[in-house]
Amino acid sequence: MPPSPREPDGRRSPRVLVLLLLTALAVLSLDAGLGPGAVSDPVRRAAGTVLGPAEGGASGLLAPVRAIGDLTTGRGTLRERNAALEAENARLRDQLGRADVDRNRLAEYDGLAASTSDGGLQTVQARVVGLGGAQSFSRTATIDKGTDDGVGRDMTVLSADGLVGRVLRATASHATVLLLVDKGSTVGGRLGSDNELGFLRGDGSLAGAGRLTLTTVDSQVAPDVGDSVVSWGSPGAVPYVAGVPVGRVEKVSSSPRQQTRSITVAPYVDFSSLDVVGVVVGNAATTTSQAQGE
Amino acid sequence: MRIPRLLVVALVLVVAVALQVGLFPHLSLAGVVPDLVLVVVVAVALVRGPESGAATGLVAGLLLDAAPPADHTLGRWALALVVVGWLAGSVRQDARRSLPASAVLVAACAFVGTSIFALSGLALGDPGVSVAAVLLVVPVAVAYDVAVGLLVLRPLTRLLDGLEPRRRGLPTLAGAR
Repeated sequence: MPPSPREPDGRRSPRVLVLLLLTALAVLSLDAGLGPGAVSDPVRRAAGTVLGPAEGGASGLLAPVRAIGDLTTGRGTLRERNAALEAENARLRDQLGRADVDRNRLAEYDGLAASTSDGGLQTVQARVVGLGGAQSFSRTATIDKGTDDGVGRDMTVLSADGLVGRVLRATASHATVLLLVDKGSTVGGRLGSDNELGFLRGDGSLAGAGRLTLTTVDSQVAPDVGDSVVSWGSPGAVPYVAGVPVGRVEKVSSSPRQQTRSITVAPYVDFSSLDVVGVVVGNAATTTSQAQGE
Repeated sequence: MRIPRLLVVALVLVVAVALQVGLFPHLSLAGVVPDLVLVVVVAVALVRGPESGAATGLVAGLLLDAAPPADHTLGRWALALVVVGWLAGSVRQDARRSLPASAVLVAACAFVGTSIFALSGLALGDPGVSVAAVLLVVPVAVAYDVAVGLLVLRPLTRLLDGLEPRRRGLPTLAGAR
């Protein structure tokens, strides 16, 4: 079909549309059909190598704006003091959250107290440079540290407030983190008051702080509102290290029809304002015990 | 002429992806960020027509699918943006005449694009996609995209018009005034 004089390049052959649609569908079915990560992992690693730094640059565009705000309103010192207070608050809450667990642990098996993660964690500090929008229907983040800094797949990510999530994949300079509030995220949790175990799942909220739902292994467990929840810990501390504060029980509701209770946990971390996070790249306690085992 | 144009479009797409993922989350409404990449595809389609629009949509969608921190099935944005590019290119003679017309086009494209992405998630059983979430996200995304579209569509079409080898009386947004 010859192009009309008014549209120098405005061809619209349905064959091209069909071809392009089929290409998209082929990519889609390849990735969906070959199982998680078979196609997408190498592709995303390649894309992340190029686009990760670009995101970091775009994310840094706001830094001067923030700096100007500090200069003009003189909030710089206030901000510093606020940061110090927040850090102290987080530390105290952390202690409070662990107090129950640690007491129970000490009572039950004294010797194991040494292996609680407290103090034994080696972390790499990273900044969040990219976040998925609500249109993506997932809660993931890009951080500006990658395999060059020792960050790798399935490592625990935490912040000063508590557990953030785990690393899904990493390029040399950047990594993608699955946040706890994502609908696909599950983490083992331990109730601070009575050491009961359960699973925390993200509620999939696409904005704001988000909530987790706790399903206890023993369905008879009735936690109190305000109970703290810490991470249970995975075997070999992969992907989650033990004893990291996760959140606080916010609501417990039970229906007489179902034998289970629905427990809502408010995470300590505010997922709507993530900035500096730490990636656990080593655990002194685990490394020693592994070394002894070999 | 063709190589520089492709380079400029590729560069614009990479910048748009970086802004959409790196900067816009700081400016999100209820978690929704403006779909700048979608607006770029609409702009290319308005200047170049449905075939180029759909092809740009495929490339832009694949970029968006692969850019960290995306973790959905590859090809979902590609599918959505191919349709968006074709749609915008097909109605370009009408849509370029006035600002309200292009706002309506961006709204339609945003609705179609985010809906196709969401529906593909429902079809593939993505755990994060629920009907309630879709009903909340799509209207906000459409409104935000129209706002951003009104800001950047005209500069973008001008930039792309400047790359055309010859201009033969194409109706432009600027010419409508």
